Amino acid sequence: MSSLQMPKVDSSILSKKNKIVSDIGRIINPKNVLSHPDELRPFETDGLTAYRQMPLVVVMPETVEEVSNVLKYCNDNKVKVVPRGAGTGLSGGSLPLEDCVLMAMGKFNKILEIDYENRCVVTQPCVTNLAITHAVQDKGFYYAPDPSSQIACSIGGNVAENSGGVHSLKYGATTNNLLGIEVVLMDGTITKFGGKAMDSEGYDFLGLMTGSEGLLGVITEVTVKILKSPEIVKAALIGFPTIEDAGNCVAEIIAEGCIPAGMEIMDKALTKATNDYSKAGYPTDAEAMMIVEFDGTEHEVEAYIEKAKQIAEKNNSSSLKVSKSNEERLKFWAGRKAAFPACGVLAPDYMCMDGSIPRGKLAEVLREITRLSKKYDLPVANAFHAGDGNLHPLIMFDANDKESLKKCEEFGADILKYCVKVGGALTGEHGVGIEKRELMCEAFNDKDIQQQLTIKVALDPNSLLNPGKVYPILRKCAEEGRVHVHGGKTKFPDIPRF
Amino acid sequence: MEEKQNFQTSLDFSQNVFKPSTREEIVEIVKNCYKKSIPLEISGLQSKNKIGRNFQAEKTLDLSNYKGIIEYKPEELYIKVKAGTPISEIEEALKKNNQQLAFEPNDFGYLFSGESNSGSIGGVVACNFAGSRRFKVGSVRDHLLGFQGVNGKGETIKSGGTVVKNVTGYDLCKILSGSFGTLTVLTEISIKVLPKPEISKTLIIKNPHLKKALDYLGQSLSSSTDPSGGVFYPDYFGKNFILNDLTHDGGLTGIRIEGPMNSVDQRVNRLSKELALIDKEFSVLDSVQTEIFWNKTKNLEVFKNSKSNLIRIVVPISETLQVIQKLKKDDLNYFIDWGGSLIWMAFDHLNSKILSEIKEITKSHQGYYTLIKIEDDFKASADIFTIDPIKYKISEKIKKSFDPKRIFNPGKMYTGI
Repeated sequence: MSSLQMPKVDSSILSKKNKIVSDIGRIINPKNVLSHPDELRPFETDGLTAYRQMPLVVVMPETVEEVSNVLKYCNDNKVKVVPRGAGTGLSGGSLPLEDCVLMAMGKFNKILEIDYENRCVVTQPCVTNLAITHAVQDKGFYYAPDPSSQIACSIGGNVAENSGGVHSLKYGATTNNLLGIEVVLMDGTITKFGGKAMDSEGYDFLGLMTGSEGLLGVITEVTVKILKSPEIVKAALIGFPTIEDAGNCVAEIIAEGCIPAGMEIMDKALTKATNDYSKAGYPTDAEAMMIVEFDGTEHEVEAYIEKAKQIAEKNNSSSLKVSKSNEERLKFWAGRKAAFPACGVLAPDYMCMDGSIPRGKLAEVLREITRLSKKYDLPVANAFHAGDGNLHPLIMFDANDKESLKKCEEFGADILKYCVKVGGALTGEHGVGIEKRELMCEAFNDKDIQQQLTIKVALDPNSLLNPGKVYPILRKCAEEGRVHVHGGKTKFPDIPRF
Repeated sequence: MEEKQNFQTSLDFSQNVFKPSTREEIVEIVKNCYKKSIPLEISGLQSKNKIGRNFQAEKTLDLSNYKGIIEYKPEELYIKVKAGTPISEIEEALKKNNQQLAFEPNDFGYLFSGESNSGSIGGVVACNFAGSRRFKVGSVRDHLLGFQGVNGKGETIKSGGTVVKNVTGYDLCKILSGSFGTLTVLTEISIKVLPKPEISKTLIIKNPHLKKALDYLGQSLSSSTDPSGGVFYPDYFGKNFILNDLTHDGGLTGIRIEGPMNSVDQRVNRLSKELALIDKEFSVLDSVQTEIFWNKTKNLEVFKNSKSNLIRIVVPISETLQVIQKLKKDDLNYFIDWGGSLIWMAFDHLNSKILSEIKEITKSHQGYYTLIKIEDDFKASADIFTIDPIKYKISEKIKKSFDPKRIFNPGKMYTGI
């Protein structure tokens, strides 16, 4: 592992490894307790592959009672626990600790109930995001949040990270599409927050748990809303001569009252790279390229596409193509979805940042990124969920060159600080994890952070559940924060990242 | 933003009602009450202050002077306001830019005082009651982007911001929404705003039968015509609506469709076909009448002059029929919102036996109730909000983490919280 500081290792726990393994082997099926280094290796990292750490032991419970009993045991014996879903997270949220029990939820992989009357699905947490849509699409329904890793990421992980996706502009992130969860607290308490009804009694614990990055409880069941699939979906591919024009077009489309299902921008560097890679037919001479997608009934979509066209023309668009078929629409997206692998071709390594900014600051932030790119002498390509101001700059560097890595880290931190400076956020959808932990003081002051830590302590007094994540350990704004990819190879090269 | 260390205030602590107009004053008041363990009632514009348990508070923190729009950016789809800002002022500003609060805040004024009082934004967030668009756009909590507030120790805290995508740290916007002022005094609120639909129409189906109505609503909500409202008024209330294009009185099911002009017509048309309605069975309200109809709904105007107790029941849609059948006695009337999931039910008389029955029924059907309006004699002993013992224990801990000396609205939601 790099210089990343993690909570102090409790050597007494390390020395009790055999006892812990045999104790937990009495709580759950001993076959589901892994302790040999060869068995632990696959769990040493998640989607943030720059950091690796073998856990003390991996447990794979099969029932909520087992989760409860293991947590209770760990709580009583002061053993740290790191929960893990599919392990695709990009901020290191399930990075193990040397002295931790890694609770891998992989056996919770069944959809429990599809309830069309209440338009919801009750599922175990390690069912993948896309599997939910697959289970209901024959009846014309779908689950709206669509993180790019949706073929692999788990719904429980989505809840823990409050994952977004391309379509969160219109349909919201996980938190807006969730009806209920069953959760086990660190002391073993099993409880349900929410259910099939809208809203629930008392404090909104469902909302608090969502996006808490595994620090407050382990999710054992999830109830999500499903929506009727729109009748028609159309996208337009629009080129602009300047990034300002594209930025203005985004702001104006929103201000005009059209809320697209998705609205994405790529800069020239990325447009060219992805077009070379995926042959999507992008306007490679444009300084910025936008994909804007509308869904709904036929008349509605036609009306919005026409409006978007007019606004684009007013903002000097250099080219405009509307999808004539679903195939063509998917081809528009194919290039965008290939943004990460396309960058892998351009440089030995790249890091993906995840900041959020006001839409109107798009051009300003891009100019700053260009300036920083020159300052640090590292190329950068930019992809944005422009509709909701979520940007993913991809910084290219060479990890074999220590100086290059250091520069890249500083560059990334400067971008995120700038996002906060213009009124945005450190992370739009990837989570804080270990990645942006030390940057938290850019967004929050001591009192803000202290209030959040007080909530943590209220539910987990010994800070045993996923410690070392989200909140600063160094108490200084160290330059950390990125998804590190070497040689174009991510941990799961077949999962789209965008 | 750190507080000024040596803030000098002209506040007179002998008074019982504080009406601060700056955050510094709010901080000063809370710090003082924290130090002396003085319970504070947090109040806004008195539109929903009767909702909640009776409790004793030595002092009142009245936020009605702490008001004003701080920043409104229509193109960024948010407005940042001080907590005491009237909803009416916010809606007025949004209207000029053809925008709205999509969650349709209820106006409880008609219910409690017989006239409009939509209250303050702080109160709306604190109660988290949303109007008819709930099933499509979410509740108040889904629109709260960020806040600044003062916790029970007098510390200024914040969470969220003004951008829609933000997963930095715990989402405290959620836990504060619907906390009825028991955790933090909200000072600044950033709330998402959305464009007003070009036009809205309402399909009104003549039908007095609950079961049939729930079928219509269920079918509509599962259709790709994408409705944004679904209500049922039984015979008792149907006659309350006098609108030009409403061709019948009596029980009715109303389904709202919004969007661009030609799309709305197409969808209304399609929905009437999907529901297999014949001409005599339905009428369509235009935008003006639609606005009147849904305003009356969100403002509970059918209960305007009622002396009855009013209960708000939320259950999964599949349970609504059974819940109403079990609860239905001669002396009550009700209507259904949220496409079938929200039941507003009036009771002429309530006592602990009836209430525990209601509790049992809603619970066994995976829902919950909140007592909104209740006769004074019974209020002191009634459970206004429901909760189970595990959640109560967790709530106690969360309360303590924000307000360790229990000075904010102590007991307003539950005894001991």
